[in-house]
Amino acid sequence: MKLKAIGSISVLILILFVLSCQSEENLEFERYYSNGAVVYQAHCQNCHGANGEGLSALIPPLTDSVFLKNNKNALACYVKFGLKGQISIKGKTFDDAMPANDLSPMEVAQVLTFAGNSFGNKLNTIDIQQVEAGLGKCK
Amino acid sequence: MNKLTIGLMAIILWSACKFNAGDKKTLPIYGNRHPITKTVDGKTITDTIYQTISKFKTVNQYGDSINNKSLDGDIYIADFFFTTCPSICPVMHRNMLNVYNVFKGKGDIKIISYSIDPKHDSVPVLKKYADKLGISGNTWWFLQGKKDEIYKLSESYLVQKPQEDAKQQFIHDGSFLLVDKQKRVRGAYDGTDTKQVDQLIADIKTLQNEPDQSIAQ
Repeated sequence: MKLKAIGSISVLILILFVLSCQSEENLEFERYYSNGAVVYQAHCQNCHGANGEGLSALIPPLTDSVFLKNNKNALACYVKFGLKGQISIKGKTFDDAMPANDLSPMEVAQVLTFAGNSFGNKLNTIDIQQVEAGLGKCK
Repeated sequence: MNKLTIGLMAIILWSACKFNAGDKKTLPIYGNRHPITKTVDGKTITDTIYQTISKFKTVNQYGDSINNKSLDGDIYIADFFFTTCPSICPVMHRNMLNVYNVFKGKGDIKIISYSIDPKHDSVPVLKKYADKLGISGNTWWFLQGKKDEIYKLSESYLVQKPQEDAKQQFIHDGSFLLVDKQKRVRGAYDGTDTKQVDQLIADIKTLQNEPDQSIAQ
């Protein structure tokens, strides 16, 4: 009985230990990601879809991890100021305009962290510093 | 008191059974109605006149003239949209694609989307939009008409009349309207809600099985 109690207490301590091991970095990611999900629903989902699937040849999907990775620094500009001209996503051409979104740099960082780590993407945290740097270089 | 309880239980049971007989479901008929009396074969009979969709004149994405007569003999689903709509149209047409994929090429079912921005949405613009959406054939038409006529027409579909705000943005209703072969509105669904659109697909099938549907007016 005593042994059992000690056993369960040590398991509990072990769990707490593992939980506290979640680094500050991880917690920051979770904060960005969960807030980003809310921003995504409000500003992106109508067009890009609940699963980032886009809409036929009208609206590109958000599932092209290579495109996202290659344009990582410009993503903040696309979200904030919209996108015009032709782009190639997953081998398909899209040429309709994306409207601008009146979002704060923090919201942009949150939504990019969400979309950049959903739908099969793995861009890790895109924080507010990266977004502000990116927004400073918009064309 | 005890008898009353038993009576109530019986009613509840009976209505529960009735509820389960869902295959006998009929859809409501929306809009105003008024009775008329007429003489048929020397007898005076009373009939009900239901509200129907008004006449209209438009062209579709292929440049073909489309009017109310083009839909004679069809059950159809209508909505109001514009191709440059940034808000609810993409989600509406993502959901309408589900309806299209179930009923495309099945003869008596059509989908029509009236543009509320006919100045921009010309025939080539509508064709391009349809192509990009992946629509071909004559199941789903995108229609350009005169703006004031389309706005007026929205009233007979019992939807909120479109309007423009200060920024010339169009505000419109995201409804899908189900219209029967007698051109009466039989259902209204939120086109942005996938659950309601699933209900629409089920209701179209119910309407197809309605005996009256074989008699076009």
